[in-house]
Order: sequence, then structure tokens, then C-alpha cells
Amino acid sequence: MAQIFHRSTNFISRFSVFSALFLIGFAILAVLAAARSPYLTRQNITREQPVQFSHKHHVGDDGIDCRYCHTSVETSAVAGIPPTKTCMNCHSVLFNNVGYLEPVRESYRTDKSIEWVKIHRLADFVYFNHSIHVNKGVGCTTCHGQVDQMPLVFQANTLLMQWCLDCHRNPAPNLRPMDKVFAMDWQPGPHQEELGQQFVKERNLRTTAELTSCSTCHR
Amino acid sequence: MTSTSRILVAACAVAGFLFAGGCRYLKQDMANQPKTLPFSPSDFFEDGRSERPLLENTVARGSIADDTLFAPKDSNAFPLPVNKELLERGQERYKIFCTPCHGLQGDGNGMISMRGMKHPPSFHQDRLRQAPNGYFYDNITNGFGAMYGYSAQIPPRDRWAIIAYLRALQLSRNAKAADLPAALREKLHQSGNAQDSIGGHN
Repeated sequence: MAQIFHRSTNFISRFSVFSALFLIGFAILAVLAAARSPYLTRQNITREQPVQFSHKHHVGDDGIDCRYCHTSVETSAVAGIPPTKTCMNCHSVLFNNVGYLEPVRESYRTDKSIEWVKIHRLADFVYFNHSIHVNKGVGCTTCHGQVDQMPLVFQANTLLMQWCLDCHRNPAPNLRPMDKVFAMDWQPGPHQEELGQQFVKERNLRTTAELTSCSTCHR
Repeated sequence: MTSTSRILVAACAVAGFLFAGGCRYLKQDMANQPKTLPFSPSDFFEDGRSERPLLENTVARGSIADDTLFAPKDSNAFPLPVNKELLERGQERYKIFCTPCHGLQGDGNGMISMRGMKHPPSFHQDRLRQAPNGYFYDNITNGFGAMYGYSAQIPPRDRWAIIAYLRALQLSRNAKAADLPAALREKLHQSGNAQDSIGGHN
């Protein structure tokens, strides 16, 4: 009886088994890469807002402090989205007849909230607190990037747990002098390593074991 | 069990899991829990907000302690001890909330004034130098002219810190070199800038 398959098919079968291993490996890599891609983390993606509010203009050009609008950032878990009245502090006079601010004026007239699109979205099982980070000397731009250069705000970092842990394992490189926490132009100097270690002690930061314990962020 | 029936049971189990996974109420979606977070919308309240406004005739928790800090418009009392800490707090808060219009020096030349906002008066004019503390407290709280009230952004203690710093700003334009402590006066003489008034002009 003649052979059904020619001798040369032996190679094809071995090659298939061999490449299947690679395919499986590649599939695993693809899943890992996808989870870290901007498509899922939303890093670097700007999103349309009901009003095209520019942080570049208000922070970069006008030099308004973050806390003028985000008033609760030093005392509360959330930094705070300003009420429409805060917009009207200036825009009752400035640009008070331009069309693109009509949603703001309408919100002020009707007492109906402007529905801003949330950019920095954490999972509901993460209990992030702004005030503790700010009060220990982690600056705004460390997590939020150069907001003063963003016409529309985007998420500058991945917000993956890995990214949180990078700093929780070693906070020293990101600790600033207290008067620079809200500065947009702070860069670590040549002595940041020693300074950071000094701040860790002075400000009574918790140990790495405590900072990386599950219940520090998940409760 | 024959091997065929084993395969059948396994297949049913897999199918069951897939089916349950697709079912919304059996799935555990812990990243999107049915709870209200700050600023999240609500379909329970009519106005769509999960944040609730103060009810009429109620007082926010903790705010009763602020009662001692309220001052009438014509009172010149200052309810807090003035020290360096308060002044530094006032300087910080002044820079955040006041400089956009009033400017770093309090002359009304802030960035927003430069861009067309109604120009506020200089704090260094006589009328405001003579104005009682309560006048500033009232204006920060309730607003004045084109300025809206800042009671929501600036808690009462910080309002007084700002007023203390404002008084320091006013003094800076009218202080005499003789008012300085000896050590600082010496320094001033060495730098060759000694004049009757430190601020140079009024």
C-alpha cells in the first residue's frame, strides 16, 4: 500500500508544531501589550468636552494656580471640579458674549451641571486620595504631566497599578520641596536622590512594606 | 463514565461558564460598582447630581466652629492671633485666589485685569488703607462689584490669613527704615538702598 503522505510532509508537520509554540508565545505577548496600549489605558488620548476648556490658556498663559479651581486637592480625596460659578468669576466679564462659552452661561442661568468628561478614571476598587500625595510633596505634574501645555487635557501616564507601585516602592525621586508641589516647571535637580531620601524621613513617609500593602489602596 | 460522556460533561461546564460570563448580573464587575463616587452622575436625584446641596436652614458639619470668625463690615477686630505662620498662609492663599486680578503687589494689575477684567482698585490707596478688617472680610465672603464672593473657595480662617497678608502688603509700601529691627536695618544700609520709605514710592 502506497504512503498517503509524501516524505516531505514530515517537515511541514514538525514546522507546524514548532511554530505553534511561537504563536502561543506571541498571543500572550499581544495580550500583555494590548493591556498596556493607549487603546485600553487611554494614555495620551484627548477627549471631546462639552466646552473646549484649555488648561494651556488658563494655567500656561494666565498663570492661574491649580487650587484656584481644584480647591479641595489639599484637604480631600478628590481635587474637585469647580462649580460653574468659578468660571463666571472671570467670564461674567471676559468673553461674555462668545458662542463657545454659551454652555457655561446656560449652566449658570439654569443651575444645571456641565457634564465634563472624566479623563483620569480609576477602577472603583482603588481608593486614591489626592490630599495625602500633595501634602507629602508629590507634585501635580508628576502624575498629570505638563497640564500647562495641554489645550485639551489627556492622561499623561498609564495609571496602571504597575505605575502606581513604581513610586510606592521608591517615592524619593518624586518628592519635591513643599513650595514646588504646584509648580508646573519643577524638574529634579542633581541632588534629588539625597533630597528625596531626606524628605522621606522629614515627612514621615510610611515604609515600603506599608506603602505597597494591598489595603493601602484597596479596601 | 465513558470517555464520551466525560467530554460531554466538560463541554457543558465550559458552555455554562461562557453563558454566565455573558450574563450581566452574574458577572463581577468590580471596576464599575453601582455606587456613587464624588461628581458621578445620579439617576436617583432629579437634578442628576450625586453631590447634594445644603438643605435650607441647615448648617454644614464643622462649620459652627467658624461662627467666632465672622465679623461685621464695619468692625476692625481681628479674631485670630497674627503670627508668621498666619502671614505665610495668607501669602499662599493670596497668590492662589487674589493675584489673578489684584496682582502680586496688590495694585490691581493681575494677569486677568490685564486681559480685560474690570480693573480692581489698588490696595495701596488711602480709602482701602483706612478700611476696617471687616470690610475686606465681607468682600471676600460676599463679593464686591464685578468680584463674586469667594466663600465657597476660601474658608473663614484663610480669609483672615489673606487679610493679615493684605495688611502686610499695605505696610510694605509705607514702612520706614527706622521701623526695621537693627540687624535688617544694618543690612539695608550695606546694600546702599537706605531710603525713608522701603517701598520707594506710594
